Amino acid sequence: AENLCNKGQMELFFNPFDNLVCILLGISFTVWFTLLLVFIIVPAIFGVSFGIRRLYMKTLLKVFEWATLRIERGVSIVDFLSVSTIPAIIAKEPTSLEEEIKEIRRSGSNKDLDSATEFELSDIFYFARRGVESIMDDEVTKRFSAEELESWNLLTRSNYNFHYISLRLTVLWGLGLLIRYGFLLPLRVTLAFTGVGLLVFLTSVVGLLPNGRMKNFLSEKVHLMCYRICVRALTAIITYHDSENKPKNGGICVANHTSPIDVIILASDGCYAMVGQIHGGLMGVIQRSMVKACPHIWFERSEVKDRHLVAKRLSDHVEDKSKLPILIFPEGTCINNTSVMMFKKGSFEIGATVYPVAIKYDPRFGDAFWNSSKFGMVSYLLRMMSSWAIVCSVWYLPPMSREEGEDAVQFANRVKAAIARQGGLVDLLWDGGLKRAKVKDTFKEEQQKLYSKMLVGTQEDRSRS
Amino acid sequence: MGSSSSSRNKIPNAQELMDQTGFSSAHLLRLYDRFECLDRDNRGYLSPDDFEAVGGLAMNPIGGRIIDAFFSSGQDTVDFSSFVRILAHFRPTDRNRNKEGTQQELPNSRTRKLKFAFQLYDLDRDGKISREELLQVLRAMLGLQVTEEQLQSIAERAIQEADLDKDDAISFDEFKKSLEKVDIDTKMSIGFLK
Repeated sequence: AENLCNKGQMELFFNPFDNLVCILLGISFTVWFTLLLVFIIVPAIFGVSFGIRRLYMKTLLKVFEWATLRIERGVSIVDFLSVSTIPAIIAKEPTSLEEEIKEIRRSGSNKDLDSATEFELSDIFYFARRGVESIMDDEVTKRFSAEELESWNLLTRSNYNFHYISLRLTVLWGLGLLIRYGFLLPLRVTLAFTGVGLLVFLTSVVGLLPNGRMKNFLSEKVHLMCYRICVRALTAIITYHDSENKPKNGGICVANHTSPIDVIILASDGCYAMVGQIHGGLMGVIQRSMVKACPHIWFERSEVKDRHLVAKRLSDHVEDKSKLPILIFPEGTCINNTSVMMFKKGSFEIGATVYPVAIKYDPRFGDAFWNSSKFGMVSYLLRMMSSWAIVCSVWYLPPMSREEGEDAVQFANRVKAAIARQGGLVDLLWDGGLKRAKVKDTFKEEQQKLYSKMLVGTQEDRSRS
Repeated sequence: MGSSSSSRNKIPNAQELMDQTGFSSAHLLRLYDRFECLDRDNRGYLSPDDFEAVGGLAMNPIGGRIIDAFFSSGQDTVDFSSFVRILAHFRPTDRNRNKEGTQQELPNSRTRKLKFAFQLYDLDRDGKISREELLQVLRAMLGLQVTEEQLQSIAERAIQEADLDKDDAISFDEFKKSLEKVDIDTKMSIGFLK
């Protein structure tokens, strides 16, 4: 009897506590979801913004400035300079092949300068030095590692040079970590799932409608809404410039490529037909349902190699003026957003109007570059979602067409230069595929030509005299 | 995810490498970062195709030979210490080294630099640059821009000038002698930032 009595007392003791906990949980969930709905999902549907993200961005910048000041005070000037602002290990002199080889010979030869432009054993020093210099530090490979920052944005992953500076800074960093992983990440993951889920579901529903204006209208709205939710899932703060140049039907939109997020950024402001290879898994599900609502261009893996087939499908799509503009990234691979690499000419051969778009990410908030050899897609997305924010600017450039007497390669280079100029990126000649493949021999030939001009030029003079 | 701390602990035999090559610890760290960057598949060593992916090297006419210099001991992988030892050849010569104090010659001495350059010519490592080998290097540096006859005459002249014992090949001593006035230190050195 006593036991029963005690148990009864204990139950009475726990029950109200249990109830209280349940009630609290229930309330917080409701509040949470209401906030989510009001501040994020509803604006996404209608395409309006409360400006919360911009306020967040300004606050973050102030915090970063403070953090950088702390670092500057805590470390001596010499350490700071050597640690954070000099990314290169060697100083490269910008002398030409001819100048250098002449100088090498001048120092070693007894003959006077004019007759000494024949082959010398010491000529190899120039090539050896240049070669080893490029092993230690070369333009191309550097583009592919993340841009090194001069100030610290409280993410250790972006700046490994900063050691322990002060307690306050470490506490701030720890707090940042807590906020990012404990609050922002779950929120963003929830949003991402919502966005993707809605996309798949709603596009399938719209796909059931008969083809016509209603379907196109609804498909547009659905796509825009879901992409906007995804944009909020990444806390992407995007500024669009020159929207009057937005791509129109029957055109091709080309942009520089930094990460898969580029697609979300562009597609949340306009409707495009995507081009790509059909993947398996979740990606494939998304792709298949998207194509039900409006015509995207997905290729099977085997079809990708067939350039004629690809070109035919693209030009068929472009000719149909009722279809959306195609979105293509001609670099073919992700570059680290400090430069624009060579554009593949395929999309420029089709003959449609090209609408160039420049995308520039602000590196202070998080590095958006996807180093596909280092990170897989999922770990990349997790990194993105646990950054502070993704801030970028998008410029819509005026449309360009291929001119008379211009071939596809020249046209591609012209577009590339325009994009690089607008985005403040360096216009590089190198092929983006370089980081995995070997460079073409034409560049080597240039060097050989320069050198032989030095040597053979004099041979001709000699045979004449 | 996570940070990569730049502590010396991740470089094996750091102190030994510093003594043998003369690199400072800061330089060693930067070189290690570079090594990791070139090692795209994170295997801990480099293979010839990692070098071939370096754009500046692939466009160098003697790029292939420079790569061979890293793999000269017959293996097909280069670990970090071998990598650094080869690069050490290109350090500027230390002006104020105490002659008696040096127990071993550093890789960036004049003789070692010359030896490195010599080996770029001497493919079969027999200690002599034969006419054939000279022709091959010239062909690499000039490509298809010159005719066979021009190539032959250039090689002929070079051998005649340098070959003192008339054995139709250039030995290392003859090589050294013909370059005795050249300022090797600046021409075979790379300006490392402090």
